[in-house]
This record gives sequence, structure tokens and C-alpha cells, in this order.
Amino acid sequence: MAEDPPRTRSGRPLEDVTVEALRAGTVAPSDLAIHAETLLRQARIAEERGYRQLARNYRRAAELTRIPDAMLAGIYDRLRPRRSSYVELLTLAQEMAALHDAPETGAYIRAAAEAYRDEGLLRSDGAGS
Amino acid sequence: MTEPASGRFRSRAARPIARDRFVHPDASLGLCVMGSPNDPTPSLTLVGGRVVEMDGREAEDFDVVDRFIATEALDLEVAAEAMAIPSLDLARMLVDIHVGREEIVRLFGGLTPAKLADVAGHLDVLEMMMALRKMRGRRTPGNQAHVTNWKENPVLLAADAAEAALRGFDEAETTVRVAPMAAMNAMALLVGSQAGRPGVLTQCAVEEGVNLRLGLKGLTSYAETLSVYGTAGAFRDGDDTPWSKGFLASAYASRGIKIRFTSGGGSEALMGHDEGKSMLYLEARCLLMVKGAGSQGVQNGSISCIALPMALPGGVRGVLAENLLACALGLECASGNDAMASHSEMRKAAKLMLQFLPGTDFVTSGQSVMPRRDNMFGGGNFDADDLDDWLVLQRDMQVDAGLVPVREVEVIEVRNRAARALQAVFAHLGLPLITDAEIEAAALAHSSDDMPDRDLVADLAASTALLNGPHGVADVILALDAGGFSGLAEHLLRLQRARVEGDTLQPSAVLDEEFRVLSAFTDPNDYRGPGTGYRPEGATWDRIADLPQAKQPSEMLSRSTDDTGFRLLDGRPALSSSDPSDVVVALGPAFGARLGRTIGELSHQDVLAALTRGIREEGLTPRLVRVRATADCGALGHEASRLAGSAIGIGLQSKGTAVIHRHGLAPLDNLELFSQAPALTVDSYAAIGRNAARHAKGEPPSPVPVRVDNMARLRLIVPTLLMHKAELAAVLPDAPPMEVAPDHG
Repeated sequence: MAEDPPRTRSGRPLEDVTVEALRAGTVAPSDLAIHAETLLRQARIAEERGYRQLARNYRRAAELTRIPDAMLAGIYDRLRPRRSSYVELLTLAQEMAALHDAPETGAYIRAAAEAYRDEGLLRSDGAGS
Repeated sequence: MTEPASGRFRSRAARPIARDRFVHPDASLGLCVMGSPNDPTPSLTLVGGRVVEMDGREAEDFDVVDRFIATEALDLEVAAEAMAIPSLDLARMLVDIHVGREEIVRLFGGLTPAKLADVAGHLDVLEMMMALRKMRGRRTPGNQAHVTNWKENPVLLAADAAEAALRGFDEAETTVRVAPMAAMNAMALLVGSQAGRPGVLTQCAVEEGVNLRLGLKGLTSYAETLSVYGTAGAFRDGDDTPWSKGFLASAYASRGIKIRFTSGGGSEALMGHDEGKSMLYLEARCLLMVKGAGSQGVQNGSISCIALPMALPGGVRGVLAENLLACALGLECASGNDAMASHSEMRKAAKLMLQFLPGTDFVTSGQSVMPRRDNMFGGGNFDADDLDDWLVLQRDMQVDAGLVPVREVEVIEVRNRAARALQAVFAHLGLPLITDAEIEAAALAHSSDDMPDRDLVADLAASTALLNGPHGVADVILALDAGGFSGLAEHLLRLQRARVEGDTLQPSAVLDEEFRVLSAFTDPNDYRGPGTGYRPEGATWDRIADLPQAKQPSEMLSRSTDDTGFRLLDGRPALSSSDPSDVVVALGPAFGARLGRTIGELSHQDVLAALTRGIREEGLTPRLVRVRATADCGALGHEASRLAGSAIGIGLQSKGTAVIHRHGLAPLDNLELFSQAPALTVDSYAAIGRNAARHAKGEPPSPVPVRVDNMARLRLIVPTLLMHKAELAAVLPDAPPMEVAPDHG
């Protein structure tokens, strides 16, 4: 399977990322981040071998490359038990799909919202809303 | 408890195993390892591609765990096919070398938790070990180190990480005693590990949010803190849901960080949320959640709860079943053996063998490279003092359980390099300085007690600033480069590049020293019975076998071939005597020649002096004869008695084995045999001489004093063999016996 070698998130070929380049300031620390395409490739490799759940995770991860570091921890926190209302979770799901081009993550959060509603895991003042 | 009346019961009551605690099962309390009466019967009903019933529960009655498993984990395309196969048949497929790993993983993806537990119930431990060997994801087995210290000294952490890496651990995990030390500990572990062996993956187990931030900064390269539980209640107490954990899995992956979940039998019972179910059934639910969340792997095998299944019947079997089910679901498995499992070394080692012999992705989920007191993961099941035992067991069994023998000089060198590198990083980043005295101490330390005290307040503040500030791994790389550690800077960069390349996200991934990924995809376990799969051979086996304490045969003989200055001069050929006072001592062919000492390290000169003195003390006359045609002790005695005028002879091999023989007895019969040469002292040989003379005079012999040492054979069996070989090499088959005399010139 001929595929392009992985690039950094900023689109730079990986071989450009050297200590010299780091020292010279021609590559930034952000060049040390994985590219969404690379995650999608890993998802394909996993899928081909029958690891479907792993593949789904890496497709969501590809979407999350577009989410800034600071926001990631916040989303995780909102998915913890009794942190969010049903509407808040649905809104978050919609934002992920619409604003961040993250439809699979959005669907995942929507599924969580429904499960939380049925299982009593929503924030109590927002339950059933 | 009352003191046992029997002396032997009293003795056993003082043994370490007597301190372990055992309890009878009670499923109502969650005290049940496998097969609780409350475990559901396996079942699955699909309607229109959706699960409407699973393990006896209708969809509308699903709890959060059931729901996640039904929607995220089960492979519904194979579920009907797989669930229709009887559990016994599935169990047999696990053991059958003709059924490949991929086929098992495919089918097991369609099994419900109750079915998984039911399948495991058909296997005994030996069958599970066979199955585990086939089902491990990565072909090459591995191991994980725990690296911590009580003082949270970063220099010692770096040195210990370097040693762990040099010893062959593929991953190293640290944690904190005081939470704000997370960033500094993670950095010390990272720098140290790469100084020991490039490509080792590292993590720092801390609170989930901080853990993620350490990963984002590039100070860690994997995480395994993502705990799941088999019941909704336990999950709630853990302040997470399967979906929140699953999101976290994606978040880590989105930054190229390898993750592994944590589960393990007994955790639900300890939290009071077991619902009367067996530990294995609940673990099967955990494993399906782990898979459903898209984690590449899990650490299980009861982990920190291990003492609980160990208190119950079949507990160790149940823990092995957990490991096996993880692998059968296609998950990487770090197979426990990390937390203290028993007071008994025998019991701990026996339990370890269940994972050590089949090999797992990580035989332990963390093995201390420090002394127990420095292990901040609760002491650890195995620690620095056990490393040599581990290496010997690998050599004994020709098994690769992840470690390689190392030399002290190499260890000190990498510890030193790691400490100096961290010194450079600290200096460059303005962290509290590391002194040369600390580096020296860290290179040679036994424990953190040997480390000079640091300013803890300053370290805490610096670590907090490191976590909250802008510095990340790029700054560490530049600091190493600026400090003259450009090679190490390159290693850290390669580690970051591996994150960008993404292959470390594959199941069971580790990096070798060339940063090549070994995973279930790039290095798939191809075990299909004898002649297949991984086994240590060639250079790997040579390395495992090359223990520093193993010697060349020639080195083990050296003491016996020392030149003691003693010589025996050959005289005339020995003839039969008719003198009734004549007692012959027949010496082996190498006696006092090629060999100069007995196996008990007595000089041949002293031995002969004692023997002849003993004979003379009884009024008889010793005659020394060298037999050249045989090295056999019985034959020496037989020959001695044939020549002796008294008809009594002593046969004496170079290694010191002696026999008193009477002419006319069959060659292998004797009057007295002293086969335990290491037990004989100079006084023993004098007594042997006296007894020979008393036999000649028809008087009763006296008991010969010997030194009892039950371990002598352990120590001396190789030198014994070598001395006998040397004696045999001196045999001249047709040469007649010669009279000899000590050379006093």
C-alpha cells in the first residue's frame, strides 16, 4: 500500500523535524503533533485487520486534532457523570459536528447524552430537560 | 490463635505463607472469583441489527455498562455465529494450535460478557497458559518497570529509569508521592529512560486531567490510568462513565499518545458494587468496555486488588483467565504481577510463572527496579533484589520474559549519564540545580536514603511551574542539545517523531532501540504450535544465558589446580606385599600432580599427612601408591587392598572421595565409603587412616567425624565434575601402579 509518509500536523515532512531545525527555530513545537491524515491511516490499518472499535476511536481522534489542547480537558469534564444537562450535551454534540468538523465525535456525544438521560447520569437540575 | 502443640505445625506457622489470609467464597459478598450463582446465563438477541437482549437482560433494563457494550463493543456481524458455538468448543479453539489467533479474535468479538466468562470456565491454568501463548498480540514479549522513590529525588529517578531501560524494560512508569511533583518526575523519567536505552516509552500515573496535560507537553509517551469497572455503581464512584473514558481515549490518540486502560478482578467487590457477580464476569464486562472505547489494550490481572482473589479458591486461575480474555479480544495485555501478591516467595514465583512462561505483551504491569521502600506503587510484588532471580529463571527455562543480564559497570555508566543529562536540563531550564554530589550518589545509590536531601519546597514550586508554564519536550530537547547531550536530544526527538508517525497507536506497540515499532500489526504473534512463534534463540538466547555470575569451566577448576608446591615422586612399580602391617593408600592418577586440592579445598599434602598419621597411630605402616589405569574410587580401593599385605587398602580420588576396602570383596563393595568429599576435614582423613588400620587389626572402627553442609552439592557439583574429568584425563589404561613418596626436597 503506497501511502505518503506521515507529515506533521503543520504539514511539514517528518524528516524536516530535526534538532538543528528546532535549534534554529525553523520548526515549532507544534510541528511535533500528529496529523489527522495519519490517524485516519491508522484507523484504516486497524479496520483492515478487524479492529473496528480501535478504528472508530482513531477516526474520532482524527477529528479531535482540530480541537485545541485546552478545550479537550473541558469536553472530557463535561462527559463525566452529572456534569451536564441533556441539552448541554446535545449542544456540545452539535457544536462538534457543525463547528469543528467532528461528526463522529458529535454522534458519540449524542449517544452518551441519551444514555445519561436513561441512566440518571445527567446533572440533576438539568435532568430530562 | 493458639500456638500449635506439634513442633512441626509450630515451625510452619512461622513461615511467610502463614501470614497470607484465606477466606471461603461467598458470592453474596462479591467473594467469588469465577462462576458465581448470580452470574447470568449467556444469551444475545438481535433484532434489526440492534441488541434487544443480552445475558438475560432486556434492553430497557440495561445499565450503563450493558448499554455501552451493546452499542460500542460487540461485533454484531459475528455475534450470531459466535454465540451459537458452545462455550466448550470455543474453549477448545483457544487451546487448539490449528485455530489461528485472528480467527479467535474475530469470533470472540461477538461474545457477550457472560459467554466470555463461561468459555474461560472450561479451561484449567495449563490450558490457559497454552492459549495465552497463542493469543498474546505482539510476537516479542515485553515488560514494564516501576520507577519511583520515596524522596521524589529527580536525579535518582533519572538514574533508575536509565537502569530500567538498560535492563530491557520496554516501558517505564512513575507516579508521585506529592501531586505537584508530576511534571518533574515525568521529565526525569523521560530523560533517564532514553539515556539507558532509546525508545523506551514512559508514563506518569497521576490524576486524569494532569495526566493528559503531561502527555500534551510531550513529557510522557503513554498513559494507562484510564480505569473502568464492571458495574454501573462502581463506575459512578469512579466519577466516570464508559463514554467519558472513551472520549479520553480519543483525546490521547489525537495527540499521538498510546493509551492502555486499567481493570482487574476484585475492584467492584472492594468498592461494594459487585452485585453478587463473579470477578471474572465483571472483568469480562470491563474488557468489552475497554474494547468498545477503542483502547488498544488493558492492564489487568487484578492489579492492585490482587490480594483479594489470592485469598479465594481458584483466585490465581481467575486472574490468568482475565489476561487470556483480554488477549482473545485482541487487546494488548499488561498482565499484572505488579502489586504484592503474597508473603511467600514460593507463592509469588509460582503465580508469576503463569504469565512469565507463556509470555505476555508486558509480563508485569510494573516491576520495581528500586528497593521496596522506594516503590510508591505500594511496595511492589518484585523489586530490585529480585532482578537476578528473574534473570536466572529466564536462563533456566529458555524463556524471554523481557529482561537481559547487565554488568555493574554498564549500569553505573548509564545511571551516571542519565543524572548528568538531567543536570544539564535543569540548569538550562532554570530548575533547582543538581549538584555533582547528587550525580555521584545517584549512580551508586541503593535507595533514596543514599541521596543528599534536596530543597523540596523549591522542587515542588519548580515542578508546578513546569506543569503550568509553557515549557514542553521541545525545551527539554534543546536543553540537552545545549548541554552537550546531542545524542540524547536526538533520542527524545525520535520519540516525539514516533508520536507523529502514529504506529505506536497500534495494539501492543513498543519501540526498539532503533525506534522501530513492534506491534500486533508489525510483529504479529504467529504461534501455531511447536516450531512456530517467538522463542529466544541465537543472539537473544546467548544474551539471556550470559549471566555475569556464570563462569567458564576453566575458572571453576582454578582453585583445584593451584600450584601448592607439593609433589609426589614416582618410585618403583608397586607390588603385592605380604607384610601384615602394610596398609596401601591408592591415589587417583591426577593426585598431587595436575590437581593439588580436594573439592573441599584441602591440599593433597595435608590429606596424605593426615591419612598416614592415622595409620601410624594404630601401629601400622602406610604405603602410598599411584594408580594410573583407573580414576574410579571403588577400583582404587580394590587395587589398594590387592597390593596391601594387611589386605586393607584405602582408595583416594583427587577430589577427596575415599573408600576403605578389604581384599576379596567385590570391587564395588567396601568396608567404609566417604562419598561426600566436601564434608571431610583433615581430622576426617586422620580418622579414615585409623579406621583402615583397625580393620586390618580386626578391631572395630570409630565413627569418622564429618561436617554437614546440605548446600555443598549445589555449590560444588560443577567443580566436582571438572575435577573428575581432569582425573580421567590423567588415566593411562595399561600403566601399572607406582609407589610414590612426598618430595621433601
